[in-house]
Order: sequence, then structure tokens, then C-alpha cells
Amino acid sequence: MEKLVVVGAGMASGRALEHIFEEAPGRFDVTLFGAEPRGNYNRLMLSPVLAGEKEYEQIITHDADWYRDHGVQTRFGETVTGIDRARKVVVSAGGETPYDKLIIATGSAPFIIPLPGKDLPGVMAFRDLDDVNRMVDVSKRPGAKAVVIGGGLLGLEAAAALNARGMEVVVLHLMGHVMERQLDPAAGYLLQRDLEARGITVHCKAQTKAILGQDRVEAVALEDGTVYGADIVVMAVGIRPETRIAVDAGLHVERGIVVNDQMVTSDPDVLALGECVEHEKIVYGLVAPLYDQAKILAKTLAKVDAAFRPVQTATQLKVTGVSVYSAGDFADAEDREEIVLRDATSGIYKRLVLKDDRVIGAVLYGETADGPWFFDMIRKGTDTRDMRDTLIFGQAYQGGAALDPMAAVAALPDDAEICGCNGVCKSAITGTIASKGLTDLDSVRAHTKASASCGSCTHLVEKLMAITLGDSYNPAAVKPMCPCTEHDHGTVRRLIVAKELKSIPAIMQELEWKTSCGCAKCRPALNYYLVAEWPGEYEDDNQSRFINERVHANIQKDGTYSVVPRMWGGMTNPKELRAIADVADKFAIPAVKVTGGQRIDLLGVKKEDLPGVWADLNAAGMVSGAAYAKGLRTVKTCVGSDWCRFGTQDSTGLGVRLEKFMWGAWTPAKVKLAVSGCPRNCAEATCKDIGVICVDSGYDIQFAGAAGLDIKGTELLCHADTENEALEIIVALTQLYREQGHYLERIYKWAKRVGNDSIKAAVVDDLAKRRQLYERFVYSQQFAQVDPWEERVNGKDAHEFAAMAEFGLPVAAE
Amino acid sequence: MTEWIELGSVTAIPLRGARCVNTPSGKIAVFRTAEDQVYAIENRCPHKGGPLSEGIVHGASVTCPLHNWVFDLATGEAQGADEGQVQTYPVKVDGGVIYIAPDVLMQMAAE
Ligand code: SRM
Ligand SMILES: Cc1cc2nc3c(=O)[nH]c(=O)nc-3n(C[C@H](O)[C@H](O)[C@H](O)COP(=O)(O)OP(=O)(O)OC[C@H]3O[C@@H](n4cnc5c(N)ncnc54)[C@H](O)[C@@H]3O)c2cc1C
Ligand code: SF4
Ligand code: FES
Repeated sequence: MEKLVVVGAGMASGRALEHIFEEAPGRFDVTLFGAEPRGNYNRLMLSPVLAGEKEYEQIITHDADWYRDHGVQTRFGETVTGIDRARKVVVSAGGETPYDKLIIATGSAPFIIPLPGKDLPGVMAFRDLDDVNRMVDVSKRPGAKAVVIGGGLLGLEAAAALNARGMEVVVLHLMGHVMERQLDPAAGYLLQRDLEARGITVHCKAQTKAILGQDRVEAVALEDGTVYGADIVVMAVGIRPETRIAVDAGLHVERGIVVNDQMVTSDPDVLALGECVEHEKIVYGLVAPLYDQAKILAKTLAKVDAAFRPVQTATQLKVTGVSVYSAGDFADAEDREEIVLRDATSGIYKRLVLKDDRVIGAVLYGETADGPWFFDMIRKGTDTRDMRDTLIFGQAYQGGAALDPMAAVAALPDDAEICGCNGVCKSAITGTIASKGLTDLDSVRAHTKASASCGSCTHLVEKLMAITLGDSYNPAAVKPMCPCTEHDHGTVRRLIVAKELKSIPAIMQELEWKTSCGCAKCRPALNYYLVAEWPGEYEDDNQSRFINERVHANIQKDGTYSVVPRMWGGMTNPKELRAIADVADKFAIPAVKVTGGQRIDLLGVKKEDLPGVWADLNAAGMVSGAAYAKGLRTVKTCVGSDWCRFGTQDSTGLGVRLEKFMWGAWTPAKVKLAVSGCPRNCAEATCKDIGVICVDSGYDIQFAGAAGLDIKGTELLCHADTENEALEIIVALTQLYREQGHYLERIYKWAKRVGNDSIKAAVVDDLAKRRQLYERFVYSQQFAQVDPWEERVNGKDAHEFAAMAEFGLPVAAE
Repeated sequence: MTEWIELGSVTAIPLRGARCVNTPSGKIAVFRTAEDQVYAIENRCPHKGGPLSEGIVHGASVTCPLHNWVFDLATGEAQGADEGQVQTYPVKVDGGVIYIAPDVLMQMAAE
């Protein structure tokens, strides 16, 4: 195999490696160096991470499994300091690494203005995850202030994100209006106004003089005498290609490392791509062209002819609640005409710049749905004479078509680009949906990469799904959690954390619920999210729970209830059985049944008798079996090594231990466990949410099974050598599910949504993370592990179990 | 038809909750909304008899605990695609105490 060394684990190199493994499988033995102490991730998404809308785990593009599967040796946290082209080796702290082919993908370095005070602690750039973490840390201090220098795309995303984190934010911008490279003054004004409405101060024509502070940054002074207090200063004034090692190695470097159409540098064995390169005098700063470069570079390495051609790019600002789109050239000039549309009340501004009846530039503010349509015309040089009058109103007005956004998307040509970042066209999406039978957004993302980078084309992809799938597409599956809100479950969960929302009214206020007090769908979900997020702080809202969880018994079709006490791991004894028999007699309970979950159900109990029944069961040492709960239900076991001639471990003991450890925990949907003593699997562990199969060498931990509405065998999570390790992993897995699951989403559905790899990474591979998850579970159990029956026997919620008033003759059976 | 009949104090019902009043011919569910409005309806869902007092109360509506039909507490009408209506009863609140119209109980006793 040829040795391929890659310098820089960024967006461009990640994509290039994918193409290389497709184009030339098995050809290269790859070593990947990255200066950052982590692998490739989606840098675009640092803004939502900074805003608290996404987590770092969600933006990883290549994980440990991927590198392993493709045999990539990773050297993360190791900067390449030199290239010896004569001897074909790269030099790093770990010594010399030889190559046959070398790829340089070192990206850019943020530009730091050489101001006095620029080296003070607290002055930072916005380029990588470490920068984000530093900003987040400071934002947690009460009353913390940020000054962002630079009102371009990056600076404004940083400013909006820090503002969302509750910081006081000032943006200093040298030019007359923000984002002047993408927006004309009118759109820049609207954007500035919207940002100011959020409480962000925008200071244009700001000449920064110095950054002030003793031991760390304290303020920023402008030439005009203004001083802004600051706990952090974020420099977002631009980037320059990171070319240092290429210069030292004597490669041809101008502004960037010069490459030809095949992405080869002045040395035939050294290729380069990404923001560090210069092609036909152009240096790119957006990912779409870099992804094209990645394709070409892979072809070159696979010895297939291909050539990179310069491309036009369009820009969108990723700030929640602000829609801005710009593409092409929109400067005024003699030979150009423009069409402008303004709607002041709704804050809409659209401007098209035409030359020879062809659109060459577009700026859209407030309503950007037509952006891709205009962009398509710019790239194709479409003659617009016939639609001139209605052009600005967008695609929906053309050809007399109805004002239906669906029709507009349906009318897009097959080669219209839908996802700018990944260069995915319409037919690629509709074709893949049809051929692969995809029905949900996540799988369309996985298979086509459309909307998988910056996400701003998500609505277009969803419309294409609706068009392709017709009635079988159920957008509700990816849409609002209920008609009371626009937000989906994931967004609500993230915003609860990001905005520290700690009550249902606070959520409804901050997230702009459309109803005054929610509905039977959203309230139980919100209540769960709050219980899970703020253990010990949030006071459970009983009125937002379904009747079963409110009265801790299962309602039956005739309005009576069933009562299921815990039988730890399916074990019972004469004392418990006697108490159950006595209670059935005493309260004339009509049915006693052995459940499918290895315990006993008392069916047909009258509501007012519930506290009496519980008191007697409590007296015999039994607690609620939570057969009604979105929480831990049963832990089924088999007899295991205690009795069985095949048993390899104490499966009963482990089951009892798990149930005693985990009972009381609330979860997004019910959770059922089972432990079998050997692979004969008599406890049916392989169709449970979490199952353990004991083997001679320890415990195989299985998860994501189902045996209800869907039937699905479990998948192997990992092997644990000891019982303690098994317990820790199972608890950590449950906690991760508690933190990420959508309400009513069982473990197998959650795992399908987030991917088994991300789960394994957190609870198996990363020991520190596993431990933290485990500890968060233990902490929340302090507040959850209280027998609800005992509380009610002692008088809690007494109103639930008695009528308010009685009139006339006593009522007959209800 | 002289005097309204006292049911109990408003605070005996949790906000966004309900309690039952037992009468010889059935249960009346008395609701208290988040906005402190009080409503009384028949405690029997027209679908399959679900006990409406056990449902989740939202706005001036309740969702039946058995199969999720939603009823407007003021009119008793089923919302959305479901068709049906429950009996509503006049109630009033005076000095923090809930009263029900006397003819309701008489009528129920007569049924
Ligand atoms: C009592 C029991 C049947 C029995 O007589 O054996 C039972 C009874 C009910 N099951 Fe079950 N399930 C019972 C074991 C199961 C099992 C078997 C098991 O756990 O090994 C399954 C399949 C395994 C699984 O969950 O994947 C099972 C899958 C379901 C489902 C489908 C869940 C799904 O996600 O697909 C529902 C519906 C739901 O939860 O939304 C359900 C719902 C119900 C409800 C709660 C229906 C309801 O909403 O009222 C029933 C309550 C009756 C009551 O008051 O007790 N029950 N149910 C079993 C109680 C076990 C226990 O001790 O707690
Ligand atoms: C916050 C933010 C938001 C953005 N939003 C958008 C957007 O919405 N749309 C868009 O199109 N673009 C956006 N971009 C730009 C986009 O992220 C970049 O164009 C893209 O990441 C460039 O890819 P790259 O691989 O060339 O460089 P990078 O992704 O920067 O990767 C280069 C990597 O090489 C490493 N490296 C450098 N030197 C060495 C060395 N000597 N040895 C080892 N490793 C080294 C660096 O540490 C870095 O990890 C955004 C950028 C940021 C920072
Ligand atoms: S299978 Fe479960 S949900 Fe269905 S009737 Fe039986 S107990 Fe009820
Ligand atoms: S009984 Fe009320 S919805 Fe079915």
C-alpha cells in the first residue's frame, strides 16, 4: 500500500478521505495529523454549539469507528512542524513520518489585529471548539460582557450566540454597515435593527484603538473615545490561509498554496485543498467549493481525470430567527439594473441586480425561500425578459402557478442545487429517496448529505420529501411536538438547557407557545424534560401527568385501576404472596393475574380503595411496580447460576441489583430490562430495551430491542468483564437516553435516531463520560427513588382519591 | 329553584384539575382551569365512558384519559374530528365557594 499522509483534520480533509476510500479502496495506508486534540467535525456548526442549540457530539463528522474501519492512523493533537520533500517525510513532535503522497489541508488561521492588548487573556478568535468552550465558560458568569470585533458573517454569528447565552454583547464593525461583503446597505440596516432588537449593540465605523486590562481583558477603547467593558473580546475580522509549513518546504505559495486544476501543488507528490489553497488566484472561505476540491483531489489520487472549476457561492447567516441570503455580485454599476421590493411592516427586503437581462446578484432579507431559485438563475445565466415584471416576487408567481410553496419546489429543475454546502441537486435527493426507500429527514441526510452541513436548506429537503413520498411522508414525525408550538422535541430539549428554563410557564413564554397552557401532548413531555434536566430543583407538575402517573396505578376501561407491586427481578416469597392474597380478599379485587413481566397484577381496584390497598402492600415491604410509568418497569431474570445447570453468572442477583438501583427513575418512555444466565436466554433479554446475556467471561450488554408494536432483536452494545462494570454501563446508557430521548420515544427509536456509534462512544469508549453519566443518574435518583404509594398512604394528593361532595343515595358502582 | 347548592371551596380542586361530585345517578366532574374558571360537566365520555375528571386539563378543555378525545368545558362539545357532546351544568363561584344550580341535582335524582 502507498503511504498517504494528511496534514490537518478539518472539513476539507474529512470529505477528501471519504472520496479517496470510495475512489481507490485499499490503495492507501493513511496517517491523519490534526493540530486540534480531536477528529474531524463540522466547523460550520460551531455557531449553534456556541448558542447552545447543538452539542459538540452532534457535529462530529467522523468518529473513532470510522477511522478504525478505514484503517486511518490518527495523530490528533499533533502539529506537523515541517516537511522534508527530498526525503519524503513530515516532521512532528512524534518524530518523522514517511509519505508517498502528501495532502496539505491546514485551513486558515484567524487574523488577529495587532492592537495593544491583543495578547491579554480573554482575547480570542472564533475558529475551533476550544474557542467555543472558552467563550461558553465566560458566558456563565453573571453579567458577563462580550465585545466582538468584526461585523461579518462570523462575528455576527458569534454575537447572536453569546447574546442567546445571556451575555451583554457589543459588535464593533469598521465599515458603514454589517456584512458589507454579502449585503447591501439596506439589508445591512435591517439586519442591524433585528440584532439590536435582541439587545445586541452594533457600533459601525468603529476604529478600535486598544484592548485594555491588567491581568486579563477588561475593556475595548475606540479612537473616538468610546470605551466598552468586556470580559471577553472575540476577534472575527478575517482569516488568512495557513501556509506556514508549505512556505518552509519551498512549495509555490502566493496568498495560498498554489494548486492546479488537479489539486496538485508545485511538487507532484504533494496535493493540497481547502482554505489553505489558491486556485486561479482565488482563495475560498466557504465549504461548498472545498467539497468540490475534495472530489477532484480523490480522483487525482485514483488516477482518474478530473478538473476543479471555480464556482459561485451563496451565503446564508446561521442565526436562529434571522433570514438573510445573498449570492453573486450586487454592487451598483453603470451597466446594471436593479429590482427592489420592500415591505417595511414585515421587515422584508429583496434586491436583484441584473445585467443584460440576466440576474447577476441577489440579496434577500426576511424572506429567503426564493434564494436557491435566484442562485440557480445566476449560475445558469437565465434570460429573464419574459418574467421581468414578476421576477422579484419569486418562483411561485411565475407561469401563473399557484402561490403554493410545494408547487414552487416541485417546479425546480432536476439539476437545481438544493444543498449549497454539499453541492446536492434536486434529482440526487428525490432519486435517493425513491431508490433507498427513505422516509425521514435523518436518513436523507445520511444518504445524500443534503442539509447535513449548515442545515439552512432543511425546509427545501423536507418539501422534496413530501413531493416524492406523497401521502406516505409524515412530516409530523420531524415537525412540531404538538400544535401548540413550532418547535420539535429536540429543539425544545436543547433550549430548556440553553436558556435554563425551569418551569412549564417559563418554557411556554420563552419559546412562544401558541396556547395559554399547552395540551395533553406537550405538557407531559415538558414535565418530563424538566424532571430529567433539573433534578432536585424542578417541582414535578402533577397536573401535567397522565392519570396513571398521577395516581400511580393503571386506569382500566371501566374506570377502575390495576395495582402491580414490584417483585424485584421476578423473585417473591410467601410473605409477599400472602399479603397480595389478603389484600385481594379484603378489597374484593375481582382479578389477580401473573403479568408478562414476571409479577402479579391486581385488576379492578376502585380508585378510592387505592390508598388502602397500597398501605397493606407497603406493610409487607412492597413498593409500586411503576407498571404505569414512563420510567423503569420490570427487570426480568432467569434462575441463573443459582440453580440452573447451564447458568454462567448470577443473573437473578444482577437483575435484582439493577432493579433496586434504577427503580423510580423517570425516562422518556418505559424501560424494560432483562438478565439471562446464558445464551439460551430464558429471560428473553434480546427483545428488551436493555438486556444482559451472561457468558463465562462476563456479561454481554444488549440494547435497543422491542417486542410491542414493533418487534426487533437487540443489538450488542459491549462486553463487560465484571458485574460492577455492567451495572455502570447500563446506568450510563439509561442516563444518556434520559438526556437525549424524545418523550414517548423508546430506546430502540432513540438509538436509531442518534446512531449506535454515538451511544457507544459515550458509554463504552469514553470512560470519563460514562462515569459522568452514571453520576448524574445517581444524583437524580436521590429525588426520584421515593415510593409514591407510601407518600399517598401518608396523605399526599388526598383530593385525588375522594369525591368533592356526595348527594342523595350513595352512588352504585361506577 | 331557590338556593344554589354548595359544593365546596375552589381550592379543594387543584389548578388545571378536577374533582367529582357523586349524585344518585352518576358523577359530575367539576373542573378548575389555570385561569381559575370553574366548569361542571358529566363525568362520562360519550365515546366509551371514560372518566373525564381524570383527564389532563388545558385551557378550558379536557382530554379524555382513555382515548384522547378533547372536550370544550364550556360547551361540552368534542373538539377536532371527533363528534359528541357531554352534558354541562351551571356552576358559580361566590366568595371562593363553588355552587351548583339546584335543578341539576333534582333533575339527576329524577332520571
Ligand atoms: C399487565 C400486562 C399484560 C399482562 O397481563 O401480562 C400489560 C398490560 C398493559 N400494557 Fe403491556 N403489559 C404487560 C407486559 C407487556 C410486555 C411484555 C414484557 O414486558 O415483557 C410488552 C412487550 C414488550 C415491550 O414493551 O416492548 C408490552 C407491550 C405494551 C405496549 C407496546 C409498547 C411499544 O412501545 O410498542 C403498550 C402500549 C404503550 O405502552 O403505549 C402496552 C400497554 C399496556 C397497558 C398499560 C395499556 C394501557 O395503556 O392501559 C396495559 C395496562 C394493563 C394494566 O393495567 O395492568 N404494553 N406489555 C403486562 C405487565 C407487565 C408488568 O409486570 O409490568
Ligand atoms: C464559526 C464558523 C462558522 C462557519 N460557517 C460557515 C457557513 O455557514 N458556511 C460555509 O460555507 N462556511 C462556514 N465556515 C467556514 C468553514 O468552516 C471553512 O471554510 C472550512 O472549515 C474550511 O475547511 P478546511 O478543511 O480548509 O479547514 P479547517 O476546517 O479549518 O481544518 C484545518 C485543520 O487543520 C489543522 N491544522 C492546521 N495546521 C496544522 C498543522 N501544521 N498540523 C496539523 N494540523 C494542522 C487545524 O487545526 C484545523 O483543525 C464557518 C467557519 C467558522 C469558524
Ligand atoms: S396486549 Fe396489552 S395493551 Fe393489548 S389488550 Fe392486552 S394488556 Fe391491553
Ligand atoms: S372513552 Fe373518552 S375518548 Fe374513549
